Amino acid sequence: MKLDEVPQDHSSTYGGHSKLVYAVDASGHYQRAQSDGWEPEAYATQLAVAELQEQEAAAEAAWQRGELSPLKCLMYRYRLDEPALAQITGLWQWRIRRHFRPAIYRNLSAAILARYADAFGLPVAQLIAYQKAPA
Amino acid sequence: MTRFEPHFQHRQSAHCESGVMASLLSHAGLPMSEPMAFGLASGLAFAYLPIVKLSGMPLIAYRMPPKHLIKTLSKRLGARLHSRTFGNPEQGRRELDALLDSGRLAGLQSSVFWLPYFPPEMRFHFNAHNLLAYGRDGDEYLISDPVFEEPVRCASADLQKARFAKGALAAKGLMYWLDEVPLEQDWDQLIRQSVLSTTRILDGMPLPWIGIRGIQHLAKQIEQLDPAQAKYNRLYLTHIVRMQEEIGTGGAGFRFMYASFLQEAGELIGAAPLQQASAQLTAIGDDWRQFASACVRASRNKGEAPDFRPIAEMLRGIAGQERVLMKELGAWAKRKG
Repeated sequence: MKLDEVPQDHSSTYGGHSKLVYAVDASGHYQRAQSDGWEPEAYATQLAVAELQEQEAAAEAAWQRGELSPLKCLMYRYRLDEPALAQITGLWQWRIRRHFRPAIYRNLSAAILARYADAFGLPVAQLIAYQKAPA
Repeated sequence: MTRFEPHFQHRQSAHCESGVMASLLSHAGLPMSEPMAFGLASGLAFAYLPIVKLSGMPLIAYRMPPKHLIKTLSKRLGARLHSRTFGNPEQGRRELDALLDSGRLAGLQSSVFWLPYFPPEMRFHFNAHNLLAYGRDGDEYLISDPVFEEPVRCASADLQKARFAKGALAAKGLMYWLDEVPLEQDWDQLIRQSVLSTTRILDGMPLPWIGIRGIQHLAKQIEQLDPAQAKYNRLYLTHIVRMQEEIGTGGAGFRFMYASFLQEAGELIGAAPLQQASAQLTAIGDDWRQFASACVRASRNKGEAPDFRPIAEMLRGIAGQERVLMKELGAWAKRKG
């Protein structure tokens, strides 16, 4: 990549920051240069974020309808999936899937909820409040 | 001769681990650019790991796994590397404070998701991000995060959460520092050794997922995508791009970084073949960028079913060029004088 090919596409995914890249000048010498985004990369990132948001929205709707506990929606909101949540909480995936059922979720102990709270970085009280009824 | 720098100088880097090591070594009196740190540690690689899943997609890496650079580089340079993990987070905090208060720099491994200074779209659960702490100010740590332009500050509770995040690649509060860095080095021998090691990683592993065979494997996976699964294909192709660009420093960054290393090393020891190899690798890096563009183009295309064969062919072309380059570099590294 030549210095004048270093992309400057102002990607919103960089949050106003610049990345350092290595590129060659006219005489083929490597230099440090900053890039504030590359459009193909931004597209890839946005697609991944949109996919997570879609999953979150679907889970939230199912929660509002009373078909799911809020857990699945929170899982996607905090950019996790089942295997990742299982690793962080130390719970089996089948247990987590069980906790997606509203009736099971309402009976969860504070100790189990504390593990989820820790994974999401939320106060336990909030997860307990979700046990009452859909917001 | 080099002199000891009493004040820490932040330097932006393309990649966290090579950036931290370059800063630690330069601070210890051995001036080192990021590409040199990356190259001397034989950081360049390729791996396609279908078993390790990231949101249901295989892990694709363009460099050696986390901690490889730190360990290999300290060993090759003969520097003493101290590293510690902690079962008890509170103890981890005390030890970090003690180290900083004694005037040393601490390399830390932590989770990107819990670092508040990251922009929201870059915050995902990646636990092997490296950064440097170089001081404390009240309840805040002074952080040199290699991928940022300027030093940043981080509240102690946030850093604690980031250091002790659980899950894949959990850091367990990993903290490391260097001392006794020998300032005299046999550069010729060091460069040959690290180049040879890279050629073996990229083109000498009897595993179908590592190195050049891994690139060919990825080409096959792309070729075999089912055109009917439009949504999955879009996510899969952009996942490859994200692994290459977002997690991999941007613009096929590791290829360019290694090319920069070859150039600097060639100048340092007066080896023309390395300069030539650098130019070749720059061209290969450009091909990686073309490949990323092609993946995104195919994902954008919502009309007719895309043809994945040309993309796979691009990748095979890259694999072929990298193989030729590795053969040449291997021959150079083994040649005496």
